[in-house]
Amino acid sequence: MSEELICITCPLGCHLSVDRQSDGGLAVTGNRCPRGVKYANEELLAPRRVVSATAAVEGGAACSGNPGGLCAVSRLPVRSSAAYPKQGVPELLEAIYALRVSLPVSRGDVLIKDFKGSGVDVIATRTLKKA
Amino acid sequence: MKTGSNRYDVCVIGAGVCGANIARRLSAYELDVALVDKEADVSFGTSKANSGIVHGGFHHNKKYLKARLELQGMMMFDRLQQELDFPFKRCGIVVAALHEDEMRAIEQLYMQGVDNGVIGIEMCSRERILELEPKLNPDTLGGLWVPGGGIVEPYRFVFALVESARKNGVEIMTGFKVEHAARAGDEWTVRAADGRVVKARYVVNAAGLYADEVSRAFGAEEFEIKPRKGEYYLLDRLTKAKPERVIFPVPTSVSKGMLVIPTVEGTVLIGPTAEAVDDKADLATTREQLEKILSSARAMVPSVSEYDVITSFAGLRPTLEEDFYIEPSAKAPALIQVAGIQSPGLTASPAIGEYVKDLLKKEGLRLSEKPDYDPFVGKRPHVKDLTPFEVDKLAQADPAYANMICRCEKVSEAEIVQAIRAGHTTLDGIKYFTRAQMGRCQGGFCTYKIIKVIMRETGLSWDEITKNGDGSRILKDAL
Amino acid sequence: MKDLVFDSVVIGGGAAGMAAALELDRAGFSCAIVEREEALGGILTQCIHNGFGLIEFNEELSGPEFAERIEERLAGTRITSFTGATVMELDASGDIKTLYCYTGAHGVMRLSARAVVLAMGCRERNRGNIRIPGDRPAGVYTAGLAQRLVNIEGFVPGKDVVIIGSGDIGLIMARRMSWIGCKVHAVVEILPYPSGLTRNIVQCLHDFGIPLYLSHLTTNIVGRERVEGVEITPIENGATRFDKAFTIPCDTVLLSVGLVPENELSKMAGVELNPMTNGPVADSMLMTSVPGVFACGNVLHVHDLVDYVVEEARRAGAHAARWLKGERPKAEARVKAGPNVRYCAPSRVDLHAANKLYMRTLIVKNDATLEVKVNNRVVKSVKKNHIQPSEMIAVELGPKDLEFAVGAPDPVVELSIS
Repeated sequence: MSEELICITCPLGCHLSVDRQSDGGLAVTGNRCPRGVKYANEELLAPRRVVSATAAVEGGAACSGNPGGLCAVSRLPVRSSAAYPKQGVPELLEAIYALRVSLPVSRGDVLIKDFKGSGVDVIATRTLKKA
Repeated sequence: MKTGSNRYDVCVIGAGVCGANIARRLSAYELDVALVDKEADVSFGTSKANSGIVHGGFHHNKKYLKARLELQGMMMFDRLQQELDFPFKRCGIVVAALHEDEMRAIEQLYMQGVDNGVIGIEMCSRERILELEPKLNPDTLGGLWVPGGGIVEPYRFVFALVESARKNGVEIMTGFKVEHAARAGDEWTVRAADGRVVKARYVVNAAGLYADEVSRAFGAEEFEIKPRKGEYYLLDRLTKAKPERVIFPVPTSVSKGMLVIPTVEGTVLIGPTAEAVDDKADLATTREQLEKILSSARAMVPSVSEYDVITSFAGLRPTLEEDFYIEPSAKAPALIQVAGIQSPGLTASPAIGEYVKDLLKKEGLRLSEKPDYDPFVGKRPHVKDLTPFEVDKLAQADPAYANMICRCEKVSEAEIVQAIRAGHTTLDGIKYFTRAQMGRCQGGFCTYKIIKVIMRETGLSWDEITKNGDGSRILKDAL
Repeated sequence: MKDLVFDSVVIGGGAAGMAAALELDRAGFSCAIVEREEALGGILTQCIHNGFGLIEFNEELSGPEFAERIEERLAGTRITSFTGATVMELDASGDIKTLYCYTGAHGVMRLSARAVVLAMGCRERNRGNIRIPGDRPAGVYTAGLAQRLVNIEGFVPGKDVVIIGSGDIGLIMARRMSWIGCKVHAVVEILPYPSGLTRNIVQCLHDFGIPLYLSHLTTNIVGRERVEGVEITPIENGATRFDKAFTIPCDTVLLSVGLVPENELSKMAGVELNPMTNGPVADSMLMTSVPGVFACGNVLHVHDLVDYVVEEARRAGAHAARWLKGERPKAEARVKAGPNVRYCAPSRVDLHAANKLYMRTLIVKNDATLEVKVNNRVVKSVKKNHIQPSEMIAVELGPKDLEFAVGAPDPVVELSIS
């Protein structure tokens, strides 16, 4: 009996067919790249999600690099460095919302290291200067 | 002007096209005048949602006050435009007949127009009318041509009148909902719902849809304003269906019909419908009525396409009787009623200003001309009307003229700031003053910028930014 | 007035504009990018979710990261970027194109160039375009505007949300609003299938238990000052069942009902548009009907993946450079959208070069066949596991595929799906 699920590893969204084998493994078809197999295994056993959000910057506003005009930016976009266990996402979001990021900040800067020992960091995804 | 005192010679209630004209007319005299309105901004009632037409003076028999005031009013627009710099164009009106029996109605309108004294009115053959308006259905049999008719941006007209009134000393109070009035001696004490009080010797009730409630508050005549809704569609400025003239069908006994109107700003308005509604705040557009508009418009201008529609809206006519009710109250002293001003209200409004001034004089108001009355309102530059060289020059003095906020309607930051400084601090107020948010993207790209400019210029916080005052808050939270 | 001369000007500093400019610079031509926002990056700056760059960088990045990495490539080039600069007039009628740019920082600038690349992206369709009747309260936003307000300005437009349209922007915002503590009550879609990427249906709706109403029309918005509810009506067997309409209480409506390429400047310059894409008709060099004016990215046709935008923009920039050097295609064939194909872009292929086309199908199908015919002769047949209108398909055609068209008068290349 096949289970149908849609791989969400990337926007291509391959339609996967998963057959549970007698040895407990999963036979996966319909994937366009090897990550589909990995995804099917994880999604059915231990689902994870990449989390993206925005964090507050200290002082309330940053500059995107071009002075003058209405350029002030109030939020720093951030994301998890890798997919995080799905049930833990609300906690991770809370931690992100509690951040007050000091400026300047560079793309890739680690804002939360190894959240709850998961091996997943929260990183800045944009470079911002002081306003 | 006695600063700090809330005593006036005249209080005008309602800052729509009638109240604004009246207040401005009175501002030419040595009088303390207050203009109050219950909305967050002026012109937020019927005056912002109508056809924007300066009528041709032929639709009504001259026995009616409205016909006489229409004709007088329509001739005042050129001078007003020079003084006040609002968008107005005398593009002319055609009334199109699609059937033989409609030609008889055309003839009646023609004769009525001649009787009323309309200049230049013509009866047209098929060839002549198609020459005047090539977008008409080629099956049009003939019709009427009235070169004196025109189009105006009604809210910009009201804003300009109010600005002129303010410049000449009129005190404007918005968010002032008249709740109660009492007469003591030779003075009215008018109280608003929020507790503010205005004292005035004379009061003009120009409260549009709510004129009946205001009349009741003054213990004056009992009447009922019944709202009649008109729905409109607005078509993109690049539509193939843009006519040169305002196109009317032959009127019915109930209404002038659904029109195809080239707006001054270059878009096309089709409508309005006419349906009685119960609720004075019911401005919802409905699927059924909008379908009626499209089919009626297509009958006259076949190239009207639903794909050109950029938005729709509705207005409410304050209906009372066949004619305007403009007279001193017979029950309450020193109160002039200006009620039931439906079409041709906008056209007649400058003449209504004159007429009410004369009525007040008859009631004993002494009019002595102000030597320093200035009828002119400074012309404001609009980036969309200027060449790049002119904009560059302006930008040298004020860089905000070259910082574009709304690129669909070509509105610069400087113009947004001017709107705010003229008292328009809601998104709708700024929209009507500058046209920002009215274009093809309908605010998709400029709204967040306008919000930021409002906050910067007024110091309002995010939770005080509204679409049009009161509970119409734009934002629910801040992260 | 500042008068500046460049070999080429790119209008729009998003992914497409930057990629096209980089190619022109690489080929040795001076290039200016004119961008009306205060920063480069275009719409990517507010697309803080991941899913970008799998093909370009072999990594899954968020929008801002993708944009910054492209922007970093501008360093060390001769490309001049003007931000906060809006092109208000484009006169492309002569060999020298003139652009008037209005900027807060420099007043009005007149730019002159021999080639112009259009990369202005899209605008969103709005309530007026789809004619939802009803009241006009505060609280009705396009999804992109809501995204800007939330992600960059830090404002929450509303708390109880209904999203109209299952396009990607709406789906992404369903998740985003849920993640900032709002309640998304429904996503309403007029078609019988969702229009966004499947991945987003799973990750943005299923994950949050947000109901998706397919085949439902939005028939009324209710609320005097602020939205109070949305009325939706099911479509059954093609008929709108007004008797079954119901209202979902909410305080916010987000519209994700499609994108329209922003071609007002193009129209002003006399560029011919393709009514199927709302973008310019482009030849095998991605040049529009106006010589020296090229187009790429969302302004040409609405893309799904920014990686394809960058690929197409590179080609446009490279072609513009070749054109500036005097190269012209020797022979072209017209591209025709055949059965079940909505459109193909560009509209011509070069018979003697490698061509890349992007197309969209009209149908949803598994195990479909994409067929390419040259003058009615099948030259290519490709099996596709799964196709749907919201997933663009890339097709490559080289001289070998097109040999039957060489020498033929008015050759036609037809793409079809079965």
